Amino acid sequence: MERETEIELARQLIAGEPEAFDRFVEHFRAKIFQYSWLMCGHREDAEEVAQETLFNVFQNFDRLREPEHIRPWVFRIAKNACLMKRRKSVFAPPQELSLEDFLPAMDHHGGHPKLQIADWSHLPDHQLLQSEMKQVLDRAIGELPEHYRSVILLRDVEELSTLETGQVLDLTADVVKTRLHRARLGVRQKLDEYLRADSRLPSSHA
Amino acid sequence: MQFDERTEKCQEVFSLLSEYLNLELPPEACQEIETHLAGCPPCIEFADSLRKTVELCRSYKPTELPEPIGKQAREQLLEAYRKMLSARKDISPSG
Repeated sequence: MERETEIELARQLIAGEPEAFDRFVEHFRAKIFQYSWLMCGHREDAEEVAQETLFNVFQNFDRLREPEHIRPWVFRIAKNACLMKRRKSVFAPPQELSLEDFLPAMDHHGGHPKLQIADWSHLPDHQLLQSEMKQVLDRAIGELPEHYRSVILLRDVEELSTLETGQVLDLTADVVKTRLHRARLGVRQKLDEYLRADSRLPSSHA
Repeated sequence: MQFDERTEKCQEVFSLLSEYLNLELPPEACQEIETHLAGCPPCIEFADSLRKTVELCRSYKPTELPEPIGKQAREQLLEAYRKMLSARKDISPSG
């Protein structure tokens, strides 16, 4: 569902038109579930977070002054509901990621430096969406430390702006940018390892 | 070429790639990166793989979906919505 449709549904609900109710619930329930499942890794918790978030959303709908902000507003409530669960993530422990961790090794070929990475340029886009690749992506995101994971989920998966992501997570724009870059590098590295290990692509330095 | 031999420019580009892909850099900085990329195949290759990573995240669909909402849970939400509406003076409750 496009963001415009979401905003329209929010407008209708604020205006007291209950016809939008079921579409709104179905759409955001799936979104919140996905976010909290990837944040906490517990299916039960994710279902509860989705219900608690939507309950809060409907209870406080009249506080949403601008329907344009519906997505970040819902996610801010979802983030808080996730924190209330207080259950530790089953995924990665908290740790900092440094840029150096992700610098690919280079070597020389005919005087030119070559990256030791899989050759992504020949990877057709449809291949990126295959289910096996999706599982790799699931894992790659899931294995990121929590404070990087939340940023990439909101910024890239949910396509919130830098400012909105900062508002949801109480972070400055600069911190969002730094964490997003490191999260992307982390995910990129996992995908690259997968592509190289399975020889789906010739390594570009070979 | 090892990390410490890498050119300073490559490292600078490496650290700014996400902001570059997000169009969050000032025009002069974008121009500088583009000039560097035009002459540095390894950086182009890396930037391309990062761009594909972002595309992949954007087209990401969940492998796990919630169970369909139960009747009771739906009713609880609808009730919260109705209460919110009836607490307002300008709109009378409906639905």
